[in-house]
Amino acid sequence: MKSAVIVFPASNCDRDAQTALKQLTGKDPHMVWHQDSALPDVDLVVLPGGFSYGDYLRCGAMASQSSVMKAVKAHAEKGGAVVGICNGFQVLTETHLLPGALMRNADLKFVCRPVKLTVEETQSAFTRKYSKGQQITVPVAHGEGNYFADEETLNRLEGENRVAFRYAEGDNPNGSARNIAGILNEKRNVLGLMPHPERVVDPLLGGEDGKALFQSLIETLS
Amino acid sequence: MKARVFVTLKNGVLDPQGKAIGNALHGLGFGAVGDVRQGKVIDLELKESDEAKARASLKDMCEKLLANTVIEKYEIELKA
Repeated sequence: MKSAVIVFPASNCDRDAQTALKQLTGKDPHMVWHQDSALPDVDLVVLPGGFSYGDYLRCGAMASQSSVMKAVKAHAEKGGAVVGICNGFQVLTETHLLPGALMRNADLKFVCRPVKLTVEETQSAFTRKYSKGQQITVPVAHGEGNYFADEETLNRLEGENRVAFRYAEGDNPNGSARNIAGILNEKRNVLGLMPHPERVVDPLLGGEDGKALFQSLIETLS
Repeated sequence: MKARVFVTLKNGVLDPQGKAIGNALHGLGFGAVGDVRQGKVIDLELKESDEAKARASLKDMCEKLLANTVIEKYEIELKA
């Protein structure tokens, strides 16, 4: 699997993603600068966590207008896989590659801790190596992860099995509607999630529950 | 021409910041304060003298960048 990690000014999980991808695929991912207008030939694009453009205006709003995002959009429209983690998820909603929006956490506090998630959907390139209903523990670190969408969109996401991950009951860290932690687009080739799977791919980092996400992609895209 | 754009959360979208401001105002003894909603004001200078054109262009700016219309609404005010 060939991959690329997009680097925006103030991305800060780009190298975590790079390290995880290198460790699991055995290949260095391409690091692509936000001003680039073309992507290298890759199977997977990762939009990493961080505070792109200082979160000016709204989280992900500036990044969604960057020249590299036009290429990412084209990649997604051709069916290429894209995963947006944390700020990457915010960028995906601002780009309208995913529905809804990520708002200020309900308690207004930045939350940085491991959370329990339930894998809701395994029929996707991102989640096939998990089992349905599996409980995993993955860290979150965000101030704006409160997933919001209108009732109709939420019903549609659930009806089409596009909720990939949910916060376990009682462990919703941000007030997200229906405990949503991660969602898929209609074609199921774009995933956005607030938790950080790239931070739990090695026991040295405190867990390996994020590994199956990358292994799912490797199995699907190699 | 100068323009002022107000970006606020749509009705029905929870506003935790507005709520916190309301609580703080109550704490300060402003007991008459009811619901509080907060938002943004963006001031722009435009090289455009035609009001209709300016308004159309500002609307486009709001839809494309200044507001996230999933959660926010906007109002445009023009000053000569």
